Amino acid sequence: MSDTVLKPPPHTAPTAFTRAQLDWLPWLEPLAPEALTPRHIASLVDAARVKSPYFRLLARDPDALEARTRTDKDIFYNPDAGLPRAERELAAAATSRFNGCLYCASVHARHAATYSKREDDVDRLLESGVETDLGERWNAIVAASVALTATPSAFGPEHVDRLRRAGLDDLAISDVIHAAAFFNWANRLMLSLGEPAATPPS
Amino acid sequence: MASTDADVIDALVGITPGSALDALRARRPEARAHAQATYRALFTPQAPGDVTAHERFAVGTFVAGLHGATAIAAAYAKRLAESGAAAALRDAVDAAIKEATTHGPYGRYPAGPLSGEDTAGPVYRVGAATREALGARLAAAFEHTHMLVFHPRDAAPPSLQALLDAGWSTTDIVTLSQIVAFLSFQIRVVIGLRTLAGRP
Repeated sequence: MSDTVLKPPPHTAPTAFTRAQLDWLPWLEPLAPEALTPRHIASLVDAARVKSPYFRLLARDPDALEARTRTDKDIFYNPDAGLPRAERELAAAATSRFNGCLYCASVHARHAATYSKREDDVDRLLESGVETDLGERWNAIVAASVALTATPSAFGPEHVDRLRRAGLDDLAISDVIHAAAFFNWANRLMLSLGEPAATPPS
Repeated sequence: MASTDADVIDALVGITPGSALDALRARRPEARAHAQATYRALFTPQAPGDVTAHERFAVGTFVAGLHGATAIAAAYAKRLAESGAAAALRDAVDAAIKEATTHGPYGRYPAGPLSGEDTAGPVYRVGAATREALGARLAAAFEHTHMLVFHPRDAAPPSLQALLDAGWSTTDIVTLSQIVAFLSFQIRVVIGLRTLAGRP
């Protein structure tokens, strides 16, 4: 058995949730860029992802990676009604905050802040956690995401009712469910196959 | 889960053609199709590599059982039986679920400002009798799976080394990780949509 666990190069591990750009260092060997077959490249969906060690590691199971990525894109990018993009990202960030994935939280907190223009609220979610008061509509989305993320799930009819009172229709509620559920997928891969690293100042 | 082509989430939620939830899922057609494609890739793969059907469905049953999702666990247990798994293996999966069930997420953060949020919880070690029935390779997978389900922020290189030591290759570990992570999604979509359907 020649496979080994990788020792990441010297780096600064982040110790707090942040909206800053982080790197991600794999603990298992990604496929080498020059070793990628056309099937592997197709599984990346976006050609630029050949630069990402995370996606080149997941490309070892290309069918699973490609289906994962196409699921992800429709949940977050489908522009047909439902929950606004900013709040899909909020559900992703809240889920990542609750599970403890600093890397995922950084990416989706940045997106939530960009699309909502509510940088201070996003920063308070990162700093103080999922109980922070962000106003009732965001509180309802965060509470639903957190309840669904608990194992076993604590998501119940009271969460549906609260989301409806906050103005969400059923498609928007389904988007909250899918965004939070998807980050229970993503967090587990990111947390267990490598580690975040602070980006060195340029 | 009548056949490999029937949409698993629809079946587990009880979504029928023409229902309100059917229309809702149709608004996100790629997510619906590719959640099912992920299921096929992980549970009925065209190129299964070195991860057997028994291993895939045993882990699937274990993950659903750890979530307390009884009906979903029963569906995966049925597929485990249909894959030809011996009764001893199926009983061992049930025993492992009973041994390992707890509440998550818990775990530790890197030392610093988040240390105040560290939450203690069990690290699962498969019991001796269960380990004998599962075999060393599946027992290692179950210990890793328990961490991924309940305390994923405790993940660290030694858990991957334990899998390598038990005969899982790097590629096998990617597949195992995807199985556990995907089911963490599928189970929550099913619970969420079922709850929504119950509140018309």
